[in-house]
Amino acid sequence: MARPPKLDVRHVSLEHYNERTRQALAVLDDIDLQLQEGELVSIVGPSGCGKTTFLNAVDGLIAVTGGEIRVDGRLVDRPGPDRAFVFQHDSLFPWRTVVRNITYGLELQGRLARPDMQERARALVDLVGLKGFEEHYPHELSGGMRQRVNIARALAVSPELLLLDEPFAALDAQTREFMQFELMKILARAKATALFITHQISEAIFLSNRIVVFSARPARIKDIVAVDLPAVRTLAMKHDPGFVALESRIWRLIEEEAARTGMIAAA
Amino acid sequence: MDATSPPTDNETRAMRRPSRRTWWRRNENWILGSLSMLAFLCFWEVAVRAGAVNPLFTSSPSRIVMTGFAMFADGSIYEHLQASGTEFFIGFALAVVVGVPLGILMGWYSRLNAVLEPFVSALYATPRIALLPLVVIWFGIGLGSKVAIVFLGAIFPILVNTITGVRTIDADFIKVARSFGSTDRQMFLTVALPSSVPLLLTGLRLGLGHALVGIVVGEMYGATQGLGYLIAVAGARFQTDKVMVGILLIASLGIALTELLRAIERRFERWRPNQRG
Repeated sequence: MARPPKLDVRHVSLEHYNERTRQALAVLDDIDLQLQEGELVSIVGPSGCGKTTFLNAVDGLIAVTGGEIRVDGRLVDRPGPDRAFVFQHDSLFPWRTVVRNITYGLELQGRLARPDMQERARALVDLVGLKGFEEHYPHELSGGMRQRVNIARALAVSPELLLLDEPFAALDAQTREFMQFELMKILARAKATALFITHQISEAIFLSNRIVVFSARPARIKDIVAVDLPAVRTLAMKHDPGFVALESRIWRLIEEEAARTGMIAAA
Repeated sequence: MDATSPPTDNETRAMRRPSRRTWWRRNENWILGSLSMLAFLCFWEVAVRAGAVNPLFTSSPSRIVMTGFAMFADGSIYEHLQASGTEFFIGFALAVVVGVPLGILMGWYSRLNAVLEPFVSALYATPRIALLPLVVIWFGIGLGSKVAIVFLGAIFPILVNTITGVRTIDADFIKVARSFGSTDRQMFLTVALPSSVPLLLTGLRLGLGHALVGIVVGEMYGATQGLGYLIAVAGARFQTDKVMVGILLIASLGIALTELLRAIERRFERWRPNQRG
């Protein structure tokens, strides 16, 4: 492949030093991962294995202790405009309206004039299906709508790479299903490259081209599973035999890890 | 669900307005409150007229109103109002001008907080009125001592609440700002400042109460004019009607200013849920 990968993670390891116990805890161990442009990749793994830490490291919020992370060939050492993070809790600023929340990143960057920011925000409001709610405050929106704003806020800065940390964890099961479908369409329309974390295996399969399975801590890449489903997916596909087979295959991988660390009793 | 379709039931739930109430239910509270107040005033008036209580001790609503009118008519009240008003506005304004920026700085820079915190805690815990003799020694019995005592009364609630406001910023907001590459200055302006506004305004409201106490006690302790002075002198001469007029004026001032601040709070907290009622 001639083109350099959009995200290039090489031999990344990370140790967390605990001030109180004065012990270093290995969180990530020799992670190697490449994302091509337009790829949607999700990370699954046992709870507490270091998925979120890894995503924070890619965003530049946490420094790695070994290896390097590059986005478009540029070394990641701090948060940058080429990446945007969608947090688990929507974390919208309650004192800003929908539009002003979406323009937040642009305001910090100061690259656009205010009318241009407004215009882009309105286009994104459209994209995430919130037309008519531009001037609403977050408390006037439901959980699903707030998460859409959260995603729009990240997309507003036109990131090269979108990082999503369990964006739907706080939603009820039904809304969550709908939002998966919405997110799939939004990412396709925005032509985004995205890396996301989820606990829900069916969500991972539904949303991604590849699934990275992390081992228990310290996290290594246990396996990378390609999802050979049509690019355009429907929620009904979750009941296809191929989908279900993939689901149980990934579940077995996670189960192995959980059993290995005694999180569940080995069969 | 399509991106352009209206939100589902699930999603509209959060936006539904409270159902329209009847006129009575909307106004019930203040009507009942006014009626009970009116009943109390009538009872008071009747008790005095029937000779059940001595007006020398209790005055009566009609006497208070008459005395009040007379004091405004002959102009004797104005010097007191002006004196108290001046003390209050200078003292309170100084407290805001010093307290808010200092509170923000102390909330933001933990070193500065560590240096100043013992003083703030000690003075906040001390009834500021106890400092009155000192303040009079330093500033005399004129305007200066009253401004100082109003300032001392108002600044600590403002300071302490502003510090708390800045210190209790939601960690998620800080993370969002950092993730978008915010500078320290942007973090301060777009996260720290707006999220501390609610507590800052609460501080102003609490400070207001302390400032009023400061005026009255300050003027009672040593002054030549002002509402507190008026109350003290009239009280010493058993002019109960005048005492009551002074109390009413102070109370009205307090209520008016508190309501003004409430209105400002509402204006700033449009984005907060449960503001109505």
